[in-house]
Amino acid sequence: MTYIAKPRLHHPSLVKNKAGYTRRDYEGAVSTLCAGCGHDSISAAIIQASYELDVLPHQIAKLSGIGCSSKSPTYFLGASHGFNTVHGRMPSVMTGANLANRNLVYMGVSGDGDSASIGLGQFAHIMRRGVNMTYIVMNNGVYGLTKGQFSATADKGSISKKGVANSEEPIDLVSLAILMGATFVGRSFSGDKHQLVPLIKAAMAHKGAAFLDVISPCVAFNNHPGSTKSYDYVREHNEALNRIDFIEGREAITASYDPGTLTTVRQHDGSILRLRKLGEDYDPSDKVAAMKRVQEGEADGEVVTGLLYVDPAPRDLHHHLNTIDVALNTLGDAELCPGPAALDRINASLR
Amino acid sequence: MPQAIAAVNDFVVKFANVNGSGSASANELFARSILRMGVPVSPRNIFPSNIQGLPTWYEVRVTEKGYLGRRGGVDMMVAMNPQTWAEDVKEISPGGYIFYDSTKPMPSSMFRDDINIIGVPLTAIANATYTDARQRQLFKNIIYVGALSVLLGIDEKEIQRLFGEQFKGKEKLLDSNAKALNLGRDWVSQHVDPGSVKLKIRRADNVGDRIFVEGNNAAALGAVYGGATVCAWYPITPSSSLAEAFQAHCKRLRHDKETGKAKYAIVQAEDELASIGIVIGAGWNGSRAFTSTSGPGISLMTEFIGLASFAEVPAVIVNVQRGGPSTGMPTRTQQSDLLSCAYASNGDTKHVLLFPEDPKECFDFTADALDLADRLQTPVFVMTDLDIGMNHRLCHPFQWDEKRVIDRGKVMTADELEAGKNFGRYLDVDGDGIPFRTYPGTHPTKGAYFTRGTTKDEYARYSEEGAVYVRNMERLQKKFDTARRIAPQPIRHSSAHPTSYGVIYFGSTSPAMDEALDQLKAAGHHVNALRVRAFPFAQGVEDFIHEHERVFIVEQNRDGQLRTMLMSEFVLDGRKLVPILHYDGTPITARFIAAGVAEKLGQFKVIPFEKAAS
Repeated sequence: MTYIAKPRLHHPSLVKNKAGYTRRDYEGAVSTLCAGCGHDSISAAIIQASYELDVLPHQIAKLSGIGCSSKSPTYFLGASHGFNTVHGRMPSVMTGANLANRNLVYMGVSGDGDSASIGLGQFAHIMRRGVNMTYIVMNNGVYGLTKGQFSATADKGSISKKGVANSEEPIDLVSLAILMGATFVGRSFSGDKHQLVPLIKAAMAHKGAAFLDVISPCVAFNNHPGSTKSYDYVREHNEALNRIDFIEGREAITASYDPGTLTTVRQHDGSILRLRKLGEDYDPSDKVAAMKRVQEGEADGEVVTGLLYVDPAPRDLHHHLNTIDVALNTLGDAELCPGPAALDRINASLR
Repeated sequence: MPQAIAAVNDFVVKFANVNGSGSASANELFARSILRMGVPVSPRNIFPSNIQGLPTWYEVRVTEKGYLGRRGGVDMMVAMNPQTWAEDVKEISPGGYIFYDSTKPMPSSMFRDDINIIGVPLTAIANATYTDARQRQLFKNIIYVGALSVLLGIDEKEIQRLFGEQFKGKEKLLDSNAKALNLGRDWVSQHVDPGSVKLKIRRADNVGDRIFVEGNNAAALGAVYGGATVCAWYPITPSSSLAEAFQAHCKRLRHDKETGKAKYAIVQAEDELASIGIVIGAGWNGSRAFTSTSGPGISLMTEFIGLASFAEVPAVIVNVQRGGPSTGMPTRTQQSDLLSCAYASNGDTKHVLLFPEDPKECFDFTADALDLADRLQTPVFVMTDLDIGMNHRLCHPFQWDEKRVIDRGKVMTADELEAGKNFGRYLDVDGDGIPFRTYPGTHPTKGAYFTRGTTKDEYARYSEEGAVYVRNMERLQKKFDTARRIAPQPIRHSSAHPTSYGVIYFGSTSPAMDEALDQLKAAGHHVNALRVRAFPFAQGVEDFIHEHERVFIVEQNRDGQLRTMLMSEFVLDGRKLVPILHYDGTPITARFIAAGVAEKLGQFKVIPFEKAAS
């Protein structure tokens, strides 16, 4: 891997967002992943979503674990601080980072090996803890960097590039996230940016634990017949429950869609999610129904995509801990150190 | 009557209890009442890894001279646990005393000929007064404190005063405890000859302004004063009470007066891996963060410690050491995690360790560790142990300099970045090996960088180039040398007589060593002593070793871990460093150290100074 600095020349015609930045300002270094890798499409979607959301690039913190997916934060949001942590443990580092400064936007990027194998425990606990973040798993069912071993999300019966069939049950991160208490859970496909970009935007605006499972075919090791995470397989088996439009709370909402195909979800911060329903009547705020629908899809061999579950009024870890509104990392001596007089009183109580 | 040990303000009383019987607070009351008479005490809990039912002991050393190490030997056994009766009887020194519940008198065959028996019908007294089973149990403990106070000559007023403080505003509890105390006092006054016990407390003035506190509580307070805002932990004996104490201190000291909101965040994580991950995430993002754990937790954290070290993220880890390896002896003490902490992680890594000797230094060093971790941008360990952490220890009062400010080390601000100051995340700008860092979100276009556990150049760019890697590793070594200078320096106790023998010790060995040095001196053996307070070792440690022909290294582990580190850090002749090792899980004693040193000196044919002079 090499570090190639992109020329920073901005074309004057590039459109600035409300924050005053162009799309280029949200880009990162040139990707060193394989040509055609689904992960690069997801990186592009993250860039697009951040740009469209008008987030200040440096107000995002991006964290990842280890693996191909976890390398990708180098390739987006170059003006943001990033932390490539250790394998499977990004969730705890993100939890700590979030505790230190509740006012940044947290973007966690992980892979199926990172989150479903070595990191399954931390994955589960960050969801149940309600850390305010967007957690994206770039899911290809395979270990790319170590040349093609099955991961824990590989479907039973799927065939590796070497021709070996997987005999183990797959871990479905979407079901697990819902079960563990994530308050925003979606699934998408790296090849479907019309669905993916609004999903990422909505997840970033969600003030709680938001999880996105993004099927991302591995062109090197998992894009052949027999794989259930190849481009062809996912395209053929994708059953999109909905496409969403994400509208920030501050904008006036104009409903120009056919009401028969729309459901509106208003999040706690005032932002609006409009679901363009493709599936049957589907209510993403019904947790039990969401679990059921995901399981049904699995039984039918479908990859159910879209916004699967959302709690419009999530509560995050800071709410549970009743932490002060300002970032903990901004508190100074006066706020943190009780001083000598208080210590004298403590001493007196210990005699 | 057998011979009776007679001692004033210098004896050991051991309470044999059943875990979960409510004896702990009564025993602590006993110890505190002696302190209030101006006589130092040093109590120790000896307890099993159990919640209820198993034996537990509380050993109180009464020591007018202020020797706070464990003495060894028992002058009076308060035998409240039938389960351990035989071994408790066996442990009493000849001429010692056994105090027991004589509601059902024991046959003489259950005692020894050479001990003195004091029976008080505690159960009968309690049952005659209380009907509720729980009350009977709890007040039986207070009744024995009352009985002992008469036998040993503890001023009743001091106990009543302690009740007054403990039950302030809870008059009902105050009255009932006072009543129980008097039940014990009255019975003994009427039935026992006060001269039958020749162990006595006499009012003295040797406590001064010292405080009586557990190391875990003190370390937690140090974390508050040091400005920690994030604490992540996973329950493990003997460190759990540290995080709980941090929570308790924060509840009192760290809530916004207007909004009631918390200026701290505590997470009980799912395991130690997550605890240290949370600490590292918070440290990376500019909050002071710490975790508390014990040996098995360190094993789990090792990968993350390597990341924090190599990526240069501040973190504080308080390791309340217990007996290892593996699950080891969870409720016993050792100093056996030095190597696993000092060199935690794969690859060439070394970490900063601090060795507090008592609760006062637990407070100081935890606060200092937060500064050091920020200044050095690396994990810093506070290496305490069960003996300090979970026992009340008499120590100097906590102090805080009003002018002291939190030292965040080299953090580049938005203004500095805006002014065009060169920012290289891993660039050594002034020769101390420590680079500048930025907090995430500092500046819109400058100062962002990518933190990683892989190798990188001065500007945080990934690189596997050999020369770049070596440059970085050498800078880290330079940083470690800076730590050598800014970490707590060793403390030397020089003998009044010139000597070519030295002794090096650290941490909880300190009180036993103070006493051992006096014992050795009394026996005519003179040694210089050096208390090591940090790793990397200061120059003074190497100098001390070179000054002496032989140096005893006193440690509470089997393998001589500090000695191994000394051998590794300095160029030394190994024969010079003589290990004195205690590792059975009990706290080291002065008797053990003095005997060990004297024996080794005998082997080297050293004649005690006085004999040689005569």
